[in-house]
Amino acid sequence: MTSITHFDVIVLGGGLAGLTAAITAAETGATVCLLEIAPRALRGGNTRHTRNLRPMHALGAFPMEGAYDFDEYLDDLLRVTAGDTNHALAELTIRESNHALTWLQEHGVAFQRPLSGTLHLGRTNAFFLGGGKALVNSLYRFAVQLGVHTIYEATDIALNISGDRFVDLTYQQINNTHRISGKSLVTAAGGFEANLDWLEEAWGPAAKNFLVRGTPYNKGDILRQLLDAGFKQIGDAAQCHAVAIDGRAPAYDGGIVSRVDSVPLGIVVNNEGKRFYDEGQDFWPKRYAIWGRLIAAQTDQIGYAITDAKAEGLFMPTVLPPLKSTTIDDLARQINIPADSLQKTIGEFNAATVSGSFDHQALDECHTEGLPINKSHWARQIDTPPYSAYPLRPGITFTYLGVAVDDRARVQVEHGNPSENIFAAGEMMAGNILGRGYLAGIGMTIGNVFGRIAGREAARHAN
Amino acid sequence: MPTNQTTAEAIRVMTICNACRYCEGHCAVFPAMERQTVFTQNNIDFLSNLCHQCGACYQHCQYADPHEFGINVPAVFEQARRESYTQFLWPTFMQPAVLHGGKFMATTLLLAISLFFLAIVGLSGMSKIFVPQVNFYNLMPHSVMAGAFSLSAVVVVVSWWMTLRRYWHSISLPSPWSIRMSTYRAALASALTLKNLDGGHGEGCYESGESPSLWKRRHHHLVLIGFVLCFFATLLGTFYHYSLNVPAPYGWLTLPKILGVTGGIMLLVGCAGLFWIKQTADQRLVSQDNGYGSSLTALLFLTSLTGLGLPIAKGTGALGFLLAVHLGCVLALFLNFAWGKFIHGFFRLIALLADEHQKTQ
Repeated sequence: MTSITHFDVIVLGGGLAGLTAAITAAETGATVCLLEIAPRALRGGNTRHTRNLRPMHALGAFPMEGAYDFDEYLDDLLRVTAGDTNHALAELTIRESNHALTWLQEHGVAFQRPLSGTLHLGRTNAFFLGGGKALVNSLYRFAVQLGVHTIYEATDIALNISGDRFVDLTYQQINNTHRISGKSLVTAAGGFEANLDWLEEAWGPAAKNFLVRGTPYNKGDILRQLLDAGFKQIGDAAQCHAVAIDGRAPAYDGGIVSRVDSVPLGIVVNNEGKRFYDEGQDFWPKRYAIWGRLIAAQTDQIGYAITDAKAEGLFMPTVLPPLKSTTIDDLARQINIPADSLQKTIGEFNAATVSGSFDHQALDECHTEGLPINKSHWARQIDTPPYSAYPLRPGITFTYLGVAVDDRARVQVEHGNPSENIFAAGEMMAGNILGRGYLAGIGMTIGNVFGRIAGREAARHAN
Repeated sequence: MPTNQTTAEAIRVMTICNACRYCEGHCAVFPAMERQTVFTQNNIDFLSNLCHQCGACYQHCQYADPHEFGINVPAVFEQARRESYTQFLWPTFMQPAVLHGGKFMATTLLLAISLFFLAIVGLSGMSKIFVPQVNFYNLMPHSVMAGAFSLSAVVVVVSWWMTLRRYWHSISLPSPWSIRMSTYRAALASALTLKNLDGGHGEGCYESGESPSLWKRRHHHLVLIGFVLCFFATLLGTFYHYSLNVPAPYGWLTLPKILGVTGGIMLLVGCAGLFWIKQTADQRLVSQDNGYGSSLTALLFLTSLTGLGLPIAKGTGALGFLLAVHLGCVLALFLNFAWGKFIHGFFRLIALLADEHQKTQ
């Protein structure tokens, strides 16, 4: 059974970017329909798991500490992306991020001072009171009050694109097919990090051992349809943001609590019992993002973070307790790696440590010397039982591959003018700005900034 | 080691919450949680009583159902709180008053009303009870009422003392004398303003769903202030009676009457509001409590209603019967003070005090 409905603006995806676009368009008077693939309880895409965004701001803006100006922000972005960014769009994002806090607060989102353990982000990042789901709830409430027509569990969305113009689409809801048409289409349906088949195309069989930290609904269906329709791709599928997380975390939606912060306090071995990277290179918040890739490169995509009793209480508590033992041999048996190999690795590591004063809150003097892979800081002998091991796996957070957009959020055609009525916001186009690397809170910033641009432009086109 | 299922579930939930911490800004529970190094029966007794059941953490939880973690802090803490009231209650044979709160209320109410009815009949004779009366002391002398309720008050205070000192020690609070005055002030301020029902943003709590609301806080304020006004009205009445030799009933424009009537109306409105909020609450946040929670609201409501009815029934044949019902409600309320939901206020105050005390350590 097919029913047809017409809207000025159709928004695909109900995370921060989609909600921002829907609200912005509806505020201009446009009729807006928002399709969310998840059921109501799991709505909001990966926004549900987030907790902050990164706005440029002057001194005294609640809830920020200090100021964060344009130049510093741009420097940070250029540094983490190593220049892999569209400069014009990066500058636009940073300038517009100045209004993100006000916009969100005006739309019912509450902020708070930084969470404990995240104080180093207090100057640059604004924390949502209650986290991302609180933000999602507030924005849905606002959108519904504005009259945005919200449809949950809208699956199997099939876009009808003629040339570079959006015409209409069909979707399934509870075994019924519906067709809706819109003058403009805003695509804000996230990346494809929950699509292990797609990841496998780039990563090979290793992808099957990835854990997805966020929503299981980011399969990249809309992204794929835009690329298949000939819109310009940005980034490649082998680029993804993956961090080292507890290997026992749920396959999807493990979120923040799957983190394991003990790496800098001990050593990490692969399943041959060998170390493979400098665990003490820098503070963990600055390094956890590279460890996802490092572990993805090991056999069976697994690593084990090993610490002794001295490390207990020095890192964030974990949901699951570590595997523990009073002997290294028994610990090796528990994690199923060769005991003699682990003994040898720890013996060599202990012998290579240089005595110095230990301070886990500073880049301290404790390091190793003479190893093929040295540890730069926090290197103390692993000699005090009980010993602990956390299994680590790559936890994929987001993907970089997306569609190219212009400064009006219009999706770009490979050769020629941009589409006049298809727009993109959020993770689908974040790769334009964050081509690689990671900057805490930038994803939410891009979501809000390009959500506003896409909503405004989509409504303008519709009128 | 956890002693029961509720505690085990509360510990599981706190372990996940402590690794997440997104709710830190909502209320006192989460910062307090972060101060604990391990979770035990004792600090679950503390944290669960610190929880004011505002629901914010549930509505905003990325790990709530249908997530496989199934986190629901308010629900498990409500259960844990009730178990802590049971566990520490003195005397222990009164524990069924917590486990079957509704039955306890109904039974005590029925018995107390009957008792006063029979007492009035016994003291003034069947002939007087349905005859229009102006002064209820003609039906039951002041000394009998004062005697009965003084005795009840002693039982209440002794029960409080025994129950609360056990709770106090179990959550590792030091001697009351060693706690700073400023700590008491801070805890009392949190309790009286119901700071922990404001959601952390001042917009209120989420017991009825995703939209914050200040109504639970407002209705609770009405009940508390109404109760305090009625309490002072009673004290003042006693003072008038014994020290000024001015016995009741008092005129509408006397101080005891003004306090009592104002308090009574506030209690009626506040209790009705709390009852309505409970009926419309998000059912995922509340668990079956066998009428334990509602019994206090119901008794406060009935006591106010019948109390306000007395001056209206003055000079009619209904006064005698209404007096028996009112005094029965008051007696049942006294029993609730000792062994019913009323003690939640003290448990929460002690938990707030422990929270403020820990902050100073």
